[in-house]
Amino acid sequence: MASKAQNMPLGLKIATYSFVAIWVIMAAFPFLWTAWGSFKVELDFFSISNWTNAITGERTQLTHGSRFTGAGYEGAWVQEEFWRATINTSIICVFVVCTSLTLGTLGGYALSRSGFRYTFWLLIIALIFRALPPITLVAGYMLPFFEWNVWGILPTAIIVLVAMNQPFTLWMLHSFFQNIPKELDESAKVDGCTQFQAFRFVIVPVMWPGVITTGLFSFLLAYNDFAVTSMLLSESNRTMVPAIAAFLGTTYTEGQVMFAVAAVVSATAPLFVLVLIFQRQIVSGLTAGAVKG
Amino acid sequence: MKHRTFFWFFLPTGFAMFLFIALPIVSVVTQSLFAPHEAVFVEVENCGPFGCTTETTIDQDATRAVRDANPIGRFVGLDIYLDRGHLAINEVREAWATSENWGQFRNALGNLPFYRAMAFTLTYTFFVTPALILLGLLIALAVNAVTQRLKGLVIFFSLLPFTVTPLIGSLVLFWMIDSRGILGNVVSYLAGDPDLSIKASTPLMWAAIIIWGIWHSAPFAFVVFYAGLQTLPKDQLEAAQIDGASRFQQVRFVIIPHLMPLVTFVALIMLMDNFRVFEPIVGFSASAHATSLSWIIFNDMGGETRQLSAAAATSVLTIIGVAFLLSPVLVRTWRDFKVKS
Repeated sequence: MASKAQNMPLGLKIATYSFVAIWVIMAAFPFLWTAWGSFKVELDFFSISNWTNAITGERTQLTHGSRFTGAGYEGAWVQEEFWRATINTSIICVFVVCTSLTLGTLGGYALSRSGFRYTFWLLIIALIFRALPPITLVAGYMLPFFEWNVWGILPTAIIVLVAMNQPFTLWMLHSFFQNIPKELDESAKVDGCTQFQAFRFVIVPVMWPGVITTGLFSFLLAYNDFAVTSMLLSESNRTMVPAIAAFLGTTYTEGQVMFAVAAVVSATAPLFVLVLIFQRQIVSGLTAGAVKG
Repeated sequence: MKHRTFFWFFLPTGFAMFLFIALPIVSVVTQSLFAPHEAVFVEVENCGPFGCTTETTIDQDATRAVRDANPIGRFVGLDIYLDRGHLAINEVREAWATSENWGQFRNALGNLPFYRAMAFTLTYTFFVTPALILLGLLIALAVNAVTQRLKGLVIFFSLLPFTVTPLIGSLVLFWMIDSRGILGNVVSYLAGDPDLSIKASTPLMWAAIIIWGIWHSAPFAFVVFYAGLQTLPKDQLEAAQIDGASRFQQVRFVIIPHLMPLVTFVALIMLMDNFRVFEPIVGFSASAHATSLSWIIFNDMGGETRQLSAAAATSVLTIIGVAFLLSPVLVRTWRDFKVKS
């Protein structure tokens, strides 16, 4: 990169750096601002008199005797029992990730190792399924689920989320498995392994980078879902995102908005940590599909 | 791999997709052809001291019996598609006949829920997609030029809007553009109008949702383009420089052609994703100003009434819309495939 001719003139350099700075502020500031504001009272965060109150916390000082207050968090977690939603979200995420990876690795491996024409068509069908908005399918679930009496419980939502996740998982793992040389499992088969043994003892030990990346996206899908979980879960089984939406629907009264703000910050924190730890995997996952296709 | 082995490997995932994606499509199509049963009415004669009156009341037991016997409803063919909530054929025809100019006709269409949602969905899709590609490209070019040490940090913060739950992201922005929030204050200060409320204005609300869409998806484009820039052959750029290409010409004639396949990829993925725009409308509580196809489905299904047939009909129309958007990709893939084989 260090060729002299590529050095930028000073003006362009300043412009580039300030553009990057503006973008970083645009991307990060809303979250930092909300996290900061979640420790204030509503009259500060949504200040009618003076917007700087949100920074200094005038009203918070008056009400709680300190510039910061955990009242919003207490209201959300204790009073409105947000912890229930957190547990439900954890259950859903763990099961969705494990199941969809198990199904996806088997299917993706088969697609990458079979040279027949139907693999192409299966991938195309998966692409079409990937394009369908999840909510259009939910309309088809409702009546059968009511009839069979399985509406509203966590296992139903988990199975539905796993199925909706399959097309994407298949595409991603298919491209990861194609990068693992075929010679590996072929030599195992020459040594007398069956196809499954070759998969189990030769491919499984080397597939983890791809599986972890795909798992991250499965996790994000389950964690971020609103359409499916809000429609298919009863009130007591709600996950975090529908619970936050419900906060707004029922409790848009004085002070209670801060419960929603606190819940939003609580739900964002795990994602923040996730991006921090798995930044490299997320980037490689986003580009895997693109570079290939 | 033998057919048999392939079958057993693929069975679990294939079964899951068949059961929960393929069958629901069939279920949605079927559902959209049936309307809920009408209530069974009975005439009851009440005879009192002042003579007899007949009253028509709903026979609750009989109604329930009919509904339980045949929960899917009664067959109505395409009626639901043509009613006021969907394609509204009669209303459109009437509007066409009575309006004197395009503006009037457009206004009449704007009062019909399906066309209103369609208008916003398409506006959103075709505004956000090019804008996010452009912004993503600019960020990628800029980040590629800053020093190595900053890059990791910039990528970390850039990933946030994309990975954070769409509903949460839209709520965060919604609270900021509240007339008492920080961005709302800035906007009303810039406009010189202290009473300006973004929430109350339809065009501003559309703009806010579109800006949210760009903010949310630009990181995806950025990451993909940034990865593409890393594979850019250096000698091509150098050759262009020796030929006297300016910096802008290098971008225009070397970098962009190199990234073109990625641009197509991002555009396709984003067209599909933007067409399903839904969460920001809930997050921004914007349904009075902007609705989308997904939102209509959600709204019909939710609440106490659960109008499943109406939701199913909108779903089918949405699927047809997705098919239109996807058809160029499929045709191209098929052609590539035929060339290969």
